[in-house]
Amino acid sequence: MAERFTKSMARNIYLGGSAFFVLLFLALTFDTQVRAMPERDNRDQLTDQVVRGKHVWENNNCVGCHSLMGEGAYFAPELANVFDRRGGGDSETFRAYMNAWMNAMPTNVPGRRQMPNFNLTDKEIDDLSAFLEWTSKIDDNDWPPNIEG
Amino acid sequence: MKYESQRVAMPYFIFALILFVGQIVFGLILGLQYVVGDFLFPEIPFNVARMVHTNLLIVWLLFGFMGATYYMVPEEAQTELHSPLLAWILFWVFAAAGTLTILGYLFVDYATLADVTLNKLLPTMGREFLEQPTITKIGIALVVVGFLYNIMMTALKGRKTVVNIVLITGLIGLAVLWMFSFYNPGNLAQDKYFWWFVVHLWVEGVWELIMGAILAYVLIKLTGVDREVIEKWLYVIIAMALITGIIGTGHHFFWIGPPEYWLWLGSVFSALEPLPFFMMVIFAFNMINRRRRNHPNKAALLWAMGTAVMAFLGAGVWGFLHTLAPVNYYTHGSQITAAHGHMAFYGAYVMIVLTIISYAVPILRGRPYGNSNTAQIVEMWGFWLMTISMVFITLFLTGAGVLQVWLQRLPESGEALSFMATQDNISLFYWMRTVAGTFFMAGLIVYLGSFFIKGQAAPAEEVRGPAPQDA
Repeated sequence: MAERFTKSMARNIYLGGSAFFVLLFLALTFDTQVRAMPERDNRDQLTDQVVRGKHVWENNNCVGCHSLMGEGAYFAPELANVFDRRGGGDSETFRAYMNAWMNAMPTNVPGRRQMPNFNLTDKEIDDLSAFLEWTSKIDDNDWPPNIEG
Repeated sequence: MKYESQRVAMPYFIFALILFVGQIVFGLILGLQYVVGDFLFPEIPFNVARMVHTNLLIVWLLFGFMGATYYMVPEEAQTELHSPLLAWILFWVFAAAGTLTILGYLFVDYATLADVTLNKLLPTMGREFLEQPTITKIGIALVVVGFLYNIMMTALKGRKTVVNIVLITGLIGLAVLWMFSFYNPGNLAQDKYFWWFVVHLWVEGVWELIMGAILAYVLIKLTGVDREVIEKWLYVIIAMALITGIIGTGHHFFWIGPPEYWLWLGSVFSALEPLPFFMMVIFAFNMINRRRRNHPNKAALLWAMGTAVMAFLGAGVWGFLHTLAPVNYYTHGSQITAAHGHMAFYGAYVMIVLTIISYAVPILRGRPYGNSNTAQIVEMWGFWLMTISMVFITLFLTGAGVLQVWLQRLPESGEALSFMATQDNISLFYWMRTVAGTFFMAGLIVYLGSFFIKGQAAPAEEVRGPAPQDA
C-alpha cells in the first residue's frame, strides 16, 4: 500500500464503515420486522397450538436430521412444504398422515436411514402438524423450487 | 514467552485439541450414516451425532480463541494477566460444562434433556447449533463475561496495540451477539431471523476480527515486519469484513420470510464477502516476502499461509458459488451448503487456531525458536494430509450437491426425484467423502504425533537488519 495511505485513514474507514453498516442493518431490521413481516408470516394464524407444535419440534431436535425452510441438517427431507407434499394442502389428510407416519417409525429396514420413534402423544402429533401447516404458509419467495423440497 | 501468566493458554490449547479429535470421530460416524443408514442406530441416531460434531467444533474453537487471547494479550499489553487464577477457574468451569453437555447429548434422550434442564422456563433448545440446554447457554455467557473482564483489565493497564484492540472488539462482539441465542419467539420466521444474529454475525462478522488479529500477531512475530505496516493491513481487512458481512447477512434472508429487497441486498453484499479473505492472502504473502528474519518455526509459517489461502477458498470462493439469489434458489439447503460449511470452517477457524498453537505451544514448552526439524516435518505432514483431505471432502460434497440440484431441484414437480431417491443416486460421492474423512483423521493423528517429538530448532537468522524491538 502506498505510504500516503496511513494507518489512521485505514482505522477511520473501519470505524466509519462498520458504524454506518451497523446502523443501516438495524434500520433494515426494523423495517423487516415491523413493516414487512406481519404481511408475510401469517401471524394472525399463529395459535397456541402452533407454538406448542414448535416446542415439540425443538424438544425432539427434529432439525438435527431434517431441514425447515432449507435450514438444518440435510440427512432427511425438507419439511416446510411437507404439508403440501404429504397432506395435499388439506389439514385432515395431513394430520392422519402424520399420525400414521410417526407411529410407524422406525422402519428397521436394514441399511436404510432410520428415524427414531419419539413416543409422541396424539395431541403432540396434532400440535406438530399444526406447526408444520402454519410454517408452510409463510411467504418465503416461493422456495423450494418444486414439491420435493 | 515474556510473561509467566501466558502459561494459562496451555490448558486451553490442549483441551481444544482433545475436543477436535472428538469432533472428527463423530464426523466419521456421520459420514458412514449417510451411506449405511442404520449404522449405530438406535444407540447414536444421526441427529445426536451431528449435534455432537457441530457443538464440539464450536466449543473447541472457543477454547482455541480463549487460549490465543490469554497468550497474546499480556505480551501485546506488556504486562502480566490480571488474574491467572480466574483464567484457571473459568477453564475448569467451561471444560466441565462442555463435557457434561456432550455427555448429556450422548446418554440422555434429547426431549428428556430438555425436560430435566427446565427448558420450558426459557425455551432455547432444539435450534441448529444452539442445541445446548439453556443452563449451558447461561454458563457460556458467564464464562465469556469473566474471560472478558480478565482480558480487559489486562489490556487496559498496559500498552494498547491495534492487535489487542481488534481482538478484544471481536470477543466483545461474540459475547453481545450470543445474547440472541436466548431469544426464541414462538413465531418461526422471527426466530430464524434473529438466530442468524448469532450464527452469521459470528462467523461472517466478529470472528473475522478475531481471525485477523491472530493472523496479524503471528505475522508480526514470524516475519519481523514493522508493526505499523501490519496494523494498517489489519484495519483494512476488518473494515472490508464488516462493510460486506453485516448487510451480507441478507443472503440468509432469501427464503425464510423477510421481504424481497433482501434478495438484492444479500446478493450484492455477500458477493463482496470474499474480499477480506482475498486481502488476507495478499497480506500474508506480502508480509512474508518482506520479512526481516527467517524464523525457524517453519511449521507456524505454513499454517499462517495455509489459513489465509484455505479461508479464501472455503469461505470466499465456495461461499460465492451459491450466494447469488437466483443460484441459491436451487442450492439452498443442499449438499453445496455442506461443502461450503466444511471448507470455510476448516480454512478460516480451525486453521487459525492451529496457527497460533503452532507458534505459541513450542514457546510455552521452552522452545523459543520452535520445535525440532523432525517435529516440524511431521507437523507439516499433518498439515498437508488434513488440508488436502478437506479439499477432497469439499469437492465430493460439491459433486453430491450439483447432482442433488440436478435431480431434485431443477425438474418440475412430478418429474423431480424425491429427496430419498436422490440420496440413493449420489451415494458414491458420500462414500468418497467418507474415505477422504478417514484420511483427515490420519492427518490429525500425524499432527498430534508431532507434539511428542523432542528437541528444538536453532535461533532465527536476521535477513534485513535488526527487527523492531517489540517483535
